[in-house]
Amino acid sequence: MAVADRRNRGAILALTGPAYLWLTATIFLPLSAMLYCSFLAKSPLVPAPVSYTLRHYEAFVDKSVYQQLMLWSLQMGAIVTICCLVIGYPAALALAKVIKGRWREAMFLMVVLPFWSNALVRTFSWTLVLRPFDLLYSYPAVIVGLVHSYLPYMILTCYISLQAIDDSVIEAARSLGARSGALFRRVVFPMSLPGVLAGSALIFVPAVGSFMEPRILGGAKGATLGMAVEDQFTVTANWPFGAALSFLMLGAVLLICLAVYPAARKRMEGL
Amino acid sequence: MSKTNSRITRRRFVAGAGAIGLGAATGVLAAPRIVRAEGKITVLNWQGYGTDEAWAVEAFKKATGIEVVHDYFNSEPEMITKLRTNPGAYDVVLTNSAWNGVASGEELIQAIDTSQIKHFADLNPSLRDSALLAKDGKVYGVSWVWGMTAIAYNTEKFNPAPDSVEVLWDAKNAKRVSVRDDAVEAVSYGAIATGQDMNHPKDIEKVKAKLLELKPQIATLWSSEDEWNKLFQSGTFDVSVYWSGSAARSKTNYKLPVGYMVPKEGGIGWFDGLAVASNAPNNSGAHEFINYMVDPTFYVEWATKVGAPASANPKANDQLPAEDVGRQIHSDQAAIKRLQFMAPLTDEERQTFSDLWTEVKAEFAK
Repeated sequence: MAVADRRNRGAILALTGPAYLWLTATIFLPLSAMLYCSFLAKSPLVPAPVSYTLRHYEAFVDKSVYQQLMLWSLQMGAIVTICCLVIGYPAALALAKVIKGRWREAMFLMVVLPFWSNALVRTFSWTLVLRPFDLLYSYPAVIVGLVHSYLPYMILTCYISLQAIDDSVIEAARSLGARSGALFRRVVFPMSLPGVLAGSALIFVPAVGSFMEPRILGGAKGATLGMAVEDQFTVTANWPFGAALSFLMLGAVLLICLAVYPAARKRMEGL
Repeated sequence: MSKTNSRITRRRFVAGAGAIGLGAATGVLAAPRIVRAEGKITVLNWQGYGTDEAWAVEAFKKATGIEVVHDYFNSEPEMITKLRTNPGAYDVVLTNSAWNGVASGEELIQAIDTSQIKHFADLNPSLRDSALLAKDGKVYGVSWVWGMTAIAYNTEKFNPAPDSVEVLWDAKNAKRVSVRDDAVEAVSYGAIATGQDMNHPKDIEKVKAKLLELKPQIATLWSSEDEWNKLFQSGTFDVSVYWSGSAARSKTNYKLPVGYMVPKEGGIGWFDGLAVASNAPNNSGAHEFINYMVDPTFYVEWATKVGAPASANPKANDQLPAEDVGRQIHSDQAAIKRLQFMAPLTDEERQTFSDLWTEVKAEFAK
C-alpha cells in the first residue's frame, strides 16, 4: 500500500538517520580528510601553498622497512586471531553445550569481566605478571597481552552461533551413526562458522593496527607499522606520510577480507 | 476499557524525543564559549617541568591574581602541532632552542617585550642573546633553563663510574641498556659515538651501523621521564641516555640511585626558552609569568625541592646549595665544554633521521 510504504520509509529514515549521520561525521569524514592529506606534499597545518604528490606512497614501495613492518603487523593479527580461535572456540563450545543453569551465567560474567577494566591498565598489569618470568619485552609477551584483550570477542561470537544449533540436530546426527569426531567436523563446526568468522574479523582488524600492547609489552621487540605511523605524527610532523601508511594498511586489511569473503560465503551456502 | 485514541502515539513520541535531543545537542555545541582573558593564562609545556609546580602556581596567583592553567605535550613536533591547531588558546609556550625558529618562522609566537622581564639583563649572554631565540633582531624566547642529554647510570651497579659513551655498547651490559625512542636523540648519540657532528653527520651510514650494534644491548626503549623512573626503579636497565634535569629530579625527588656523566666523546646540550604565543589572550599575564619563571626565588625552590636543569640566570645557579645534585651536574665546566648543542634541522634532515631510526628499530625487533 503506497501510503503505508511512504510512512514506513519516513520512519526508517528517522530511526536510522541519526546513526548514519553519526557514522558519516565520526568515521567517513575524518577518513576522507586523511585520505586527502596523504596526497599532500607538506603537512596540511603548514601555511604553504598546497601541492600534491604520490611520493609518500612511493616511499612505501621504495623502502623495504615499511613493507617489513606491514608484514609483521599482519602476521601479528593472524597469530592473535588463531590463538583466540584455538582457546576461545572450545570455551564457547563448553559454555553453549556442556554448562547449564547458574554456572553458565557465572562463566559469562568472567568472560566479560576484562572489558570492564581499562585496556591500558590491563596491559600494564601484564608487565607485572610477566617480569618475574623474564618474558617481558619479547614477542610472546605481546601475543599474550593481545590474546587476553581480544579473547572475549571470539568466545561471545562463537557462543552465539553455537547455542543456536538445535540439540535435536545433534541427536539426529548421532542416531544416524555419527561419532563425536565426524559430528563436530561435519555438523557442529560448519553450523558455527558465521560466529567464527565474525569473531575473527572483530579480532584481526584491531590486532593488526595495535601499537600500544606491542610497545608496552614488547619494548624494542614490538615493532609494528602503527609504530612507524606514530613516529610520522609525533617526530617528523609528516602527516601526509603517516596518512599514506595508514591507508596502505587499511587497503591490505580490505584485500584480506575480500579474499576470505567469497570462500566463507560458499561454505555457509549449504546452511 | 482502555482508551485507544490517545493523541500521543509511539511514532509521535519518538519524533518528539528525537527533535528535543537534536535541539539540545546543537544548542550545547553552538553556544559560544566565553573566553575570560584577564585573570588567567594557559601554559603549554612538558608535564612536570617546573611551570606546573603546585606551589609555584599558587605563589604566582597570590602575587598577581592570575590563575595558571596547563596543557602538555610529549614531543616538540607535538608542541608545534598544538600551536598550529589551537590559535589563541595558549599564552606561554616552552620552546626548545632548536624549535623556537620553527615557531617564530610560522608566526606561531610573537616578539617578547623584554622591558617587562625584570631579570632579563641577568641572564647568561650566550643563551640570552642566542640567535636561536631571536628573529629579525627581536627576542622571541626568554632563555629559561639549559641542560644536557647524557648518560645516567645505576650507582649501585657501576663502581667506578663509567666515563665513555662506549658503556652503552659494552658487552658486559647486554640487555641492561636503554635509550629514548626519539630519532634525533638516537642519531645524535650514534654520531657522537662515531666522532661526528651530531646535527649534520657527514657519514650517516656509519651512524646507522653503530646504532645497529646496540641490538644485543637494549632492554627496552623509554619515552617519558615517568616511564624512565618506573623502569629504572624496577631494575629493567642500569645505564641509559637521559636528561640532566630529569636525573637531578630522579635523585632528589624519587631517591633513586642515579649517577650522571657526560662521556669523554661528547654529549648533547640544549636550552629552552619561554615564548609568548601569537594571539595570546593574556599578553601581559604571559610576560608576568615569564618574569616569575626567571626569578631566582622560583628557580632555587624548584631546584632544591624537586630537581631541575640549570637556570639561564647565573645568579640563580649561584644561590643553590653546594651539595645540590643539579648544581653539581651543571657546574662541571669540563663536561660543558664537551657538549654539542642542538641546532634546528630541516624537514628533510628530520625525515632522514626518522627513517633511519625506523629501520634500526625494525632490526631490533627481528
